[in-house]
Amino acid sequence: MNIWQFMLHNHTEVLELTLEHLWLVGASTFFAVLIGIPLGILITRWPVLNKPVLGTANIIQTIPSLALFGFLLPAPWIGARADRLAILALTLYALLPLIRNTYTGIKGVDRAVIEAGRGMGMTDRQLLWQVELPLALSVIIAGVRVGVVISIGLATIAAAIGAGGLGEYIFRGLAMVNDQVILAGAIPAAALAILADVSLGWLEKRLTPH
Amino acid sequence: MPDSAIQFRSVSYRLENGRELLHDLNLEVRRSETLVLLGRSGSGKTTTLKLINHLLAPSTGEVRVEGRSTREWDVIRLRRMIGYVIQDVGLFPHFTVARNIGLVPQIENWPPDRIQQRVEELLEHVGLDHSLGERYPRELSGGQRQRVGVARALAADPPLLLMDEPFGALDPITRAELQREFLALQGRLHKTVVFVTHDLREALLLGTRIALMEDGRLISVNTPQEFVDSTEPMVAAYVAAFGTPEIRKRANP
Repeated sequence: MNIWQFMLHNHTEVLELTLEHLWLVGASTFFAVLIGIPLGILITRWPVLNKPVLGTANIIQTIPSLALFGFLLPAPWIGARADRLAILALTLYALLPLIRNTYTGIKGVDRAVIEAGRGMGMTDRQLLWQVELPLALSVIIAGVRVGVVISIGLATIAAAIGAGGLGEYIFRGLAMVNDQVILAGAIPAAALAILADVSLGWLEKRLTPH
Repeated sequence: MPDSAIQFRSVSYRLENGRELLHDLNLEVRRSETLVLLGRSGSGKTTTLKLINHLLAPSTGEVRVEGRSTREWDVIRLRRMIGYVIQDVGLFPHFTVARNIGLVPQIENWPPDRIQQRVEELLEHVGLDHSLGERYPRELSGGQRQRVGVARALAADPPLLLMDEPFGALDPITRAELQREFLALQGRLHKTVVFVTHDLREALLLGTRIALMEDGRLISVNTPQEFVDSTEPMVAAYVAAFGTPEIRKRANP
């Protein structure tokens, strides 16, 4: 039985695991956007926070994923369910590109534009919503893109703590020393990553100001 | 109403590192005049301008606009009654020309039809075709962009106008065109204008009075005629740098 036959034969399970995978990635991206973008904006307003915030996000990124899952295990409520735990960990990993790109995106807006807006009496809030965020949007989307692609890869590891997703096949295949089972998890995961990369890349390009 | 629109009283401006960009400035801008701040790069012209709309705060002394210190003004209110035009124009690249021009009316919550009417009026004022309203800044030439910049600054009909080398980046022909149009416009609108330039010809052409600055200090304030006739060494040197005979001819057409 080749890999395609295997996937066809088990298509309900492949689909189920793919959906689980998407749930982990989708939910964590949602939270990462919700936290990362405001944090990125915050550090453009209070430069003192720049180093601690980016430094912390950087450090989180260096923690090996398996270890991070382990660290979070004792956390109350979160640790009670594997998918919550995985979502939290993936959120933490996706924070860095989001914070950093929001920050650099806003900082990269033409000084003359900001100065003209300020000089005409725009409030900080108006400047943020009408000028800085729209002009930084493509860079922020690039951050989402990086975050999503990282998450799709990392989410396979979440299977190690029983959070499901396409990593199930990979770990099962490793245990069974069966390449086909490994590929049944790896190929859809890679396809998801490519799909996310291409579509968000397209969006990024469309939103790039000229 | 006080006769002077803007007053600088013993104003100094220092950077955080202690370097002084402006030293003990005393200057008055009269209502409806075009006061030109003239000087070379780094003489403190732009700093002076930014102290008026409180993009910078004086280190010592005070700047009074319409009789009130810029420190006491609600800074947003202050800026919305001051039109601001800069050399880099600073048009919002993601807004159409019409939206750029209507920016201050929009943040002042004018009704949309009134904004649209005002935008069309302004396009005409600055000699631009109505059809340009739907374009984006990147689709315009440098001269058109700067015209839009001027229209945007005039949008909410502010009594004061600050212009920081607005025509500095334009080619000589376009520049001469915009200078002429500025004169015509000012002849109709009688705004109080503070105009920054390093070009003596521009200063003589546009200014009611010329304030020469050097190294963060105000050297003198003269009418264009007084300026070319002045024997004050720094003024004479500035005139000489531009070619004395030619400049005299310009001042006495």
